[in-house]
This record gives sequence, structure tokens and C-alpha cells, in this order.
Amino acid sequence: MEEKIIIAGFGGQGVLSLGQFLAYAAIADGKEVTWLPSYGPEMRGGTSNCSVVISDEKVASPIISNPDCLIALNKPSLYKFESRVKPGGTIIVNSSLISDKVSRDDVKVIYLNSLELAQEAGHPKTANIVVLGAYIKHSGLFSLDLVAETIKEKFAEKPKVIPANLKALELGYNAI
Amino acid sequence: MKQLMKGNEAIAEAAIRGGCRAFFGYPITPQNEIPEYCSKRMPEVGGVFIQAESEVSAINMVYGAAGAGARAMTSSSSPGISLKQEGISYICGSELPCLIVNIVRAGPGLGGIQPAQSDYFQAVKGGGHGDYHMLVYGPESVQEAVDIAYDAFDKAEKYRAPVMILGDGMLGQIMEAVEIPPMKDPATFPKKDWVTDGTGIGSNRRIINSLYIEPDALETVNHRLFARYKEMAENETAFECYKTDDAEIVLVAYGTVARICKSAVNMLRANGIKAGLFRPITLYPYPYEVLAKIAAQDSVKSFLAVELSMGQMVEDVRLGVNGKKPVEFFGRTGGAVMSPEDIVKVVMQKEGR
Repeated sequence: MEEKIIIAGFGGQGVLSLGQFLAYAAIADGKEVTWLPSYGPEMRGGTSNCSVVISDEKVASPIISNPDCLIALNKPSLYKFESRVKPGGTIIVNSSLISDKVSRDDVKVIYLNSLELAQEAGHPKTANIVVLGAYIKHSGLFSLDLVAETIKEKFAEKPKVIPANLKALELGYNAI
Repeated sequence: MKQLMKGNEAIAEAAIRGGCRAFFGYPITPQNEIPEYCSKRMPEVGGVFIQAESEVSAINMVYGAAGAGARAMTSSSSPGISLKQEGISYICGSELPCLIVNIVRAGPGLGGIQPAQSDYFQAVKGGGHGDYHMLVYGPESVQEAVDIAYDAFDKAEKYRAPVMILGDGMLGQIMEAVEIPPMKDPATFPKKDWVTDGTGIGSNRRIINSLYIEPDALETVNHRLFARYKEMAENETAFECYKTDDAEIVLVAYGTVARICKSAVNMLRANGIKAGLFRPITLYPYPYEVLAKIAAQDSVKSFLAVELSMGQMVEDVRLGVNGKKPVEFFGRTGGAVMSPEDIVKVVMQKEGR
């Protein structure tokens, strides 16, 4: 298998860390992975994106033209990348910030109110983890347990934030 | 155990594990994670980290530290590496080992901060003055960069010349799973009988210098340097042939671009076009002989050099192919990066399909 994912949104939405969690999970699962960030003059409020390629074999190109899945966390990201998604691919739309509907009919679309679920989980900053949960359920790439372990490991130095993130993961997972 | 690391950080850790105990640098995007990492890590291993007041200063600190016997490195990106050229020439003239990392960004001038390969000429043909070369590597992945950085000082000391890692912004910023090898024990490093560490006294005094007023003396130095470069070419030339055995069209690319080309090769083959990739790993010494052998293959009809520049390495491809087959070029510049699909399109057009 090879799965190409583009994750895009505002700086500060956890775009890059969402991609990193996928990469950590891929490694924990014994897969090959590349995580390539956009590194322009991004800052909080600016746009940001990263490309993640997960594969059974060594990843050749880390550059993605046509992703299998687009995770769009804000409106400009949906406009920028929507047309590039592979026919038959998937777009996860953060409907908390994007009121528009996807105009294509040859892709699967998942609308996810990540902010609402994040608040339910206990903290709005966990919205990216809600999306992570939804993505792993949709893709079937990793088990919920494996990703939960990854989250515990990566937040080991900030144990206080672990419960909300685990809850967010679960809520996202069960939302689709 | 494999861990997920950013290219820049992994290079820094590998250099330290390879014995680096002195880092001198000045910040510039997209390589800032190297100095940042070293600033935290060097004190832990009893090393030295100095953020110099300029690139010129940083490279001359490397010159001094290397002369005193330390395993010293600097890193920068294109405009900063330009500033270091005088120091690099002096280091080469003084026959000193060190590691220099260039995480290339688009130029000329201040250019941009996005990936490029337009410092190839500067790295392999000599960006500073005089007859000199460095051992220059163009790694395609974080793991390959790690392996090169880990052994960089052993090689630099063997040939008494700098090793340069020529990466691009993508290699610096990408995260991949890497295996970082264990810390080398400095006690096992070969003794250096030329270092100015205060032990040479009287008629045994040691001098680090690149000034030779007598032409005969300087010519001797130049011949000595080039004898080492010859040895370097014999021992260190490294490359990868990817699906070239039956290839009709051979792409030639190094660094991250080579990976993009590998995807293109597979897509082309799926379309019935027998494509392959020749990937130089050492950019100096350049693997001309292997390229000549591929050019002599009956199956091979043409070459396409693919670079993030207006065409620099393509000149070495032409030297290697030596007129036996046509060599064409496809490049993107300014920080724009081609996709595998872009390369496929160029090849399909060439093939008239």
C-alpha cells in the first residue's frame, strides 16, 4: 500500500503536528513514511501544510501531486488543494471553519465539526486530534490503540494534556 | 531502533556521533535546526557551540579549531556558504579536515528560502579561489545524510580536506525514520601528527599555513592535493543505478530530486517506457566512468538530467556520456520543485507519446 495525504490549514491549527502524529504512528506500525512541511514564512494565522506519504516500501518521492486524502482545516486550503485530490480519493473537511461544500462528485467527502468535538473532549486545541481520529477510522491504516499509545508517548512530558487528546481521538474516531 | 527525525537535526546528531565536538555557525533558513540542535547538544557531549557574528567568522573558527585538531563543522545555506568561500579555500590550502553542510536554497543573491540545487558548481568546481576540491555528497534521504555525516570526519582526516554535504531545503526539513549509529569513541580516532596543539617544539614545530611564496613549493602543494583527490576518486566515488540495466531513457539526478525521479521511473515503466535513473551520491568525485558505461549500453537511447537549477550537473553528465548519446535537461528553479508527473510529461513529450 501507499497512502498520500496532504494536510492544510492555518498556522496554529496543529497542521504539522497532525501530520507528525501520522508519521509516528506509521513508524510504530513498521511502515515507511515521509513528512514534508511547507516552510515558507508561516506563522500563526498564515497558511501551512504538510505532505505525508505512508508506504509498505521505501518512499520514493515525498512530493505529492495528487493525494489519496486531503485534510482541509480551513477554507483557503480546501480551495487550494481540492482539485488535486485523486478521483476516488477522500476529502476531510473541517466544517467548524468551512461552510462550503465540496464541489466535486468523484471523491468521498467527510464533513467533520472538529471544534465542537474538541470542546467536548475538553480543549479546543485538540481539534487536530479529532481529525486524526476520523482519519484513522476512515483509512483503516492504524488501530485506535496504536495511535493512542503514540499520543501518550509524545505528550509524556505534558501528562496533563493526555486525557483530553485521547478523548478527542476517540470522539473523532467514532464520529464517522 | 528507528526514530522519526528531521533531516537537519539528524545530520547534526550524526556528525556529533561521528566525533564532531565543535560547531560554528550563523543562522539562515532552511538549515536553522542544525545550529539550534548543536547549541543544545554540544554542551552535553563536552563540545563547543558558538554562534559567530557572521559566516566569515564561523568558517574561520572552523579553520582554527581544525588546525588545533578538533573535529569541527559549520552549516549554512546558499548565501551564507558564499560568504564562507574564502575560508574554505584557505582550509583546503592548509590541508585541514572539517565538515561543511549546505542546505541549499534558491538563488542568486538572497534569492528565496525554498529548495534548490543551484550551488552545484560552487560546491564541486570550487567556489573559492585556487586549485582545490572537497569531497562532496548529495544524499537523497535523511538516512543517507546521517550515514555520510557519521563518517565525514574519518574521510576528511584521511584526505586532509573538507567534506561537504550538499542538501536542499527538502532534505533539511523532511522527517523520516532513521537509525542513528552509536557514538564513536574519540580514543579510537587516528593520531594527527600535524596539529598545532603545542606539542611541536623547535625544529619539530608545526605550522598551519596556506601561504607559499616560492612557486616550486606551491606547485608541490597543489600536486600533493591532487594526488589525494585522485585517491579520493578511486576510493570514495559512490552512486546508485536504479533500473538502468534495460533502460532506454536514463534520468540523472542527485539528492531529493533523485527520489522524485524514482517515482517518475516507475510511472514511466507502468506506461511502457523503459526508464531508469543514474544517481551520483558523490558529486565530487563524480562517477564519470559508470556513466560512460551506461552510455555505452545498446539499450540506452538518451539521457535526461533533472535538477533544481538552470542546468549545472548536466555539464558533468555530458562529460561522462562524452557525446555517445544525446543528453537533455529538465529543471525547475526559484524554489519551485517538479513533481514525478512533471518529469513523466517531459519524457512522454520527448518520446512523442
